[in-house]
Amino acid sequence: MSELTLTVMRLGFLAVLWLFVIVAVQVIRSDLFGTRVTQRGSRRQEARPQQSARQAAAPPQQRGQQSAGGRQRRGAPTKLVVSEGTLTGTTVALQGQTITLGRAHDSTIVLDDDYASSRHARIYPDRDGQWIVEDLGSTNGTYLDRSRLTTATPIPLGAPIRIGKTVIELRK
Amino acid sequence: MSVVTNTTTIGAIEAPSRRNTELALLAFAVVIPVFAYLNVGLAIDGKVPAGMAGYGLGLALLAGVAHLVVRKWAPYADPLLLPLATLLNGMGLVLIWRLDQSPRLIALAKRTYGAFSESAPNQMMYSAIGIAMFVGVLLLLKDHRVLQRYTYISMVVALILLLLPLVPGLGADVFGAKIWIRVGGFSIQPGEFAKLVLAIFFSGYLMVKRDALALASRRFMGLYLPRGRDLGPILTIWAISLLILVFENDLGTSLLFFGMFVIMLYVATERTSWVVMGLLMSSAGAVVVGSTASHVQSRVQAWLDPFECLKTAPAGSNMAYACDQMTQVLMSFGSGGILGTGLGQGNSDLVQFAANSDFIFATVGEELGLTGVMVFLLFYGLIIERGVRTALAARDPFGKLLAMGLSGAFALQVFVVAGGVMGLIPLTGMTMPFLAYGGSSVIANWALIGILIRISDTARRPAPAPAPNPDAEMTQVVRP
Repeated sequence: MSELTLTVMRLGFLAVLWLFVIVAVQVIRSDLFGTRVTQRGSRRQEARPQQSARQAAAPPQQRGQQSAGGRQRRGAPTKLVVSEGTLTGTTVALQGQTITLGRAHDSTIVLDDDYASSRHARIYPDRDGQWIVEDLGSTNGTYLDRSRLTTATPIPLGAPIRIGKTVIELRK
Repeated sequence: MSVVTNTTTIGAIEAPSRRNTELALLAFAVVIPVFAYLNVGLAIDGKVPAGMAGYGLGLALLAGVAHLVVRKWAPYADPLLLPLATLLNGMGLVLIWRLDQSPRLIALAKRTYGAFSESAPNQMMYSAIGIAMFVGVLLLLKDHRVLQRYTYISMVVALILLLLPLVPGLGADVFGAKIWIRVGGFSIQPGEFAKLVLAIFFSGYLMVKRDALALASRRFMGLYLPRGRDLGPILTIWAISLLILVFENDLGTSLLFFGMFVIMLYVATERTSWVVMGLLMSSAGAVVVGSTASHVQSRVQAWLDPFECLKTAPAGSNMAYACDQMTQVLMSFGSGGILGTGLGQGNSDLVQFAANSDFIFATVGEELGLTGVMVFLLFYGLIIERGVRTALAARDPFGKLLAMGLSGAFALQVFVVAGGVMGLIPLTGMTMPFLAYGGSSVIANWALIGILIRISDTARRPAPAPAPNPDAEMTQVVRP
């Protein structure tokens, strides 16, 4: 075995050992700061500066199952907007996660509304990517357009969903 | 209010389990030792070593079994612990195999024992038992809090394990240190297992007693001095570790146990005074024993000035051996330089006795150089970091203390061995976790990693859905 090959292997082995350490530290880093998916989300925020401030204030909704975003169809809603009520202007990016609404502290959108129940309604995509709203047995009911929901109902784009004094809708 | 202000939804999103990351790292951790194996074979014989495929497959099989068990029974566990341990174990196998090839060591074994047997296959078997132990811990220990029930049983078991080598007929005096017992044809080092059991006792005990130890104290010269009756446990542990030191002639084990206790006391009570007292007591003990026990004395001489002591020590004496080893080890590290001589091309087998166990780090130092030594220390550091991180993330005080105690013990062991081999502290007969040849050590350390993985699985598991808020206001009803 030539001297050169052995030297290359010796140095290569040390490099591989250090590479392992670097990879391990990368894993620790992504454990600390969330996954790389989050960064892609923040790049999108820069593209829409008018909303970046609000979205930055609501980062938890953007983490997690963003891989589902890839299968969104054309014309599917991309965000949920609160158009009336105390939370007017809040947007939540729709990325395949279930959005819960209510006064409970762990809801995705915490409604500060005396007429809302703690777990009032949830909005989720079905298997085809169609967004569905479902009332969770609230006291005062959830309204889609003018009709009170009795079952899980698909949400047309732009249709107002009324919960107490709050109105939300899905937009592109 | 125009923004969503709550942040608790982080918990509601399903936490990533990181099992695929672990699998990728594991594959990497299996490939590196195979590469090293190839490296050694090419350097020594100039051809691809014969056992490479079998060895690589064996390691991959063990790693795969461990990974599947973690995936099934501890899905949220830390992704780094298993790959790091596998890598260290695999590298240990390669280094032991490399020393098996050394003509000098073969000649030495033939001269002393009349026959030479390879150590690497044995170590492979121990690794398999170690992985089995790891799997057993994960299968049997569904919740680490169960261990809390066995606090005082653990104390008794640990004491028995520690004192076993002193039982006549069972204990074996191997080269001065009495830390082995012989059962059947096997010699076992009960101290390695006592480490785990003792950590369970310390965490259970300190969890109950920490308030008394932390709060009931008087302030004196800037230090909080504990009450006399609270000093009882620390004095007992100190006495026991001194007894080990005196009767078993083992500096490392006693340092490890006392150090682990002081670390856990500090973590449990946040009182610096315990650390100060611990340091004072251990140095007092070390001075007393260092000036009386001859076995320890020769180690201290070899540490202070190995080259001078080699000249003055009477030939054939214990001290001459100790000094000779130390000089050879230092020469190994020195000739390794920054980049090392390359695997299989060093002369670290000149250390002769225990080259593949206590002094295996000298081989790393010579053949991989400073770069390799640093990377190995980083591997150990990362395991310890993940352990401490697990302790931080654990949700129950017992789990916190246990994870901290186990990683503290692991850290102390690495420090004692690496420090001893490099001449920072007197040499003690302990083994580098996972790297060195020795069944007890490998098996016990795999069990340690198993417990850490169990705690980290519990700690990183997403919290169950929160209970409905009890102080939620009543919902008003719209009356049309």
